[in-house]
Amino acid sequence: MATEQKGMAVPEDNKEENSVLPEPKPPEGTTAASASGEGAKEKPSVPDSETKPATPVAKPETPAPATGDKPAAAPAAAKPAAPAAKPAPPKPEGPKPEPWQSELVYKLKAQYGSGIKEASTYVGQKYLVVDSSIAYEILLRMRDDELYDYCVDITAVHYPKREAQFDVVYILYSFHHNERVRVKTQIKDGETLRSAVAIWPTSNWLEREVYDMFGIGFEGHPELKRILLPEDWKGHPLRKEYPILCQDQQWVKNNLGIESGQ
Amino acid sequence: MSDFENDYRHAKSGQSGPGVVDYLDLDTKDQTYLDANELVLNMGPQHPSTHGVLRVILKLDGEKVLGTECIIGYLHRGVEKIAENRTYAMFNPYVDRMDYVAAVSNGLGYCEAVEKLLNTEAPPRAQYIRVILTELCRIASHQVWLGTHALDIGALTPLFYCFRDREEILRIFEKYCGARLTTHAFRIGGCIYETYDGFEQDCLKFCDAFLPKLDEYEELLTTNRIWVRRTKGVGILKPEDCIALGVTGPVLRAAGVKWDLRKAQPYECYSKFDFEVPTGLNGDTYDRYLVRIEEMRQSVRIIRQAVDGLPQGPIMAKIPKVLKPPVGEVYTSIEAPKGELGYFIVSDGSLQPYRLRVRPPSFVNLQALDKMVRGLLVADVVAVIGTLDIVLGEVDR
Repeated sequence: MATEQKGMAVPEDNKEENSVLPEPKPPEGTTAASASGEGAKEKPSVPDSETKPATPVAKPETPAPATGDKPAAAPAAAKPAAPAAKPAPPKPEGPKPEPWQSELVYKLKAQYGSGIKEASTYVGQKYLVVDSSIAYEILLRMRDDELYDYCVDITAVHYPKREAQFDVVYILYSFHHNERVRVKTQIKDGETLRSAVAIWPTSNWLEREVYDMFGIGFEGHPELKRILLPEDWKGHPLRKEYPILCQDQQWVKNNLGIESGQ
Repeated sequence: MSDFENDYRHAKSGQSGPGVVDYLDLDTKDQTYLDANELVLNMGPQHPSTHGVLRVILKLDGEKVLGTECIIGYLHRGVEKIAENRTYAMFNPYVDRMDYVAAVSNGLGYCEAVEKLLNTEAPPRAQYIRVILTELCRIASHQVWLGTHALDIGALTPLFYCFRDREEILRIFEKYCGARLTTHAFRIGGCIYETYDGFEQDCLKFCDAFLPKLDEYEELLTTNRIWVRRTKGVGILKPEDCIALGVTGPVLRAAGVKWDLRKAQPYECYSKFDFEVPTGLNGDTYDRYLVRIEEMRQSVRIIRQAVDGLPQGPIMAKIPKVLKPPVGEVYTSIEAPKGELGYFIVSDGSLQPYRLRVRPPSFVNLQALDKMVRGLLVADVVAVIGTLDIVLGEVDR
């Protein structure tokens, strides 16, 4: 138990360094020196990865867990990334979402108008962004009329800086079309969505997990309570403001009889 | 099968046939036996047949199950939160710890998802190596399932047979990447290790030796009267229920739905191989057993083809040292031994995933437990948990 927690605590330091470092720009001299050092280190290992030997190629991975290397490894990783970011903006001919044109989209747009905020494909994967007020209707329609009969997953993404903080994502699959579609809707903190349990019974646990991890409520859910964490736990861990080492200390004290779980 | 026709168990599960009484109906309408109070029985979390730390609260009438509630989360480690605080490459070993009896499959799913995000693909040789190892892993996972499932029901020997034969697979893993269980065999962009000398021979040798052993398992169980009585007609899940509950993998196929992601949406190089997708008829525990046994045979077929066609060439795609996938989100899934294993990754263009969601097959399949055990006996709950083939590390993440 203790070792596990130590293991968790150590990479945390690394993570903080990682996230802090890119912001304050280090002096020119050091950047150049360490960047060239990094470049020299990198070059020999590149051909290696194309041939085969296991050991030298494994190196780029090993520095991370090893405690001693960390302060050195973290800036090394962060710095080449920073110069790389400058030429990056022209470079990414990376995929962009493209408008998704199909009969289904025309039909939905004709019926719901601006309720369908976006219909796009990204790297060949289709998704719809719909208004939260019509989300339930769209889901029902997707199942009944468009034969998306299998609800693969329901999850959420937290964007604390946005006004509508949460994306709730429904991943649907159609056995008939052999195709997946993601239906996304955006809601504010404290707003609720209508539960999809009546459409797909599988939503039961999936929505409970979203509630547990993000604190998003689902109206009409038969038993909306926490599923992975204890019932009286405070906080919703997958929100961005919840730090990685945070625990409900009071709960730990009351239930485990120890001062801290960490 | 006619001697089972009037069997009590068949009557209980509501199958049609001569002399069959609808057990549920009998209970609700006509309270013929003791008007006893509802009994609440706690099973787990430390119970050998729950395959980990799963707690099931059973509501019983006598020995008949009226309803269940699963309490999960004992192994919750916050894998999705950890992912947000690790770089893409650093998170790779963590996925092995979810479904720890099929670590290779987890790694494949994760690498697939990040590669999709990077818009790249593993080179052909790496894809073949991945397929060979993943299919070996499928066999190993099914062996663990068969051994423990049979043990729960009371057959001790299959456990020893399965674990003995699984050792051969683990030995191949160990020779390939140095680890037996949490292998971390694949990297984003391909494989990091070239095959060792004699890898092909080892795989073929395993295939040749394994098929007769599979027949041995079947000899022990398939026509064994106790096994058949404990599994036939137990925990029936109809195809429409499977789909509504999102159940995938062998459980779905045993209900007669011929759906396997390796065929439906082929990933890696699965489209190049010739194999069948076995399906069942009744969707009961016995059919799920047959489906998984047949899947092992098909995996052997795939391994043989992949070893024969193993191409030469690089094993790693040209990907940058520092992985910074472009802004975007993808969902990709693979056919893990337990069902559809999906990864939904949102990238904000930084070193770490902005959000990583794992769609675990065990978690979703476990939800069907309540539907499957209603009206059965307590002993059947054990059989149904076994047949669902859950791994709590993956349920709780």
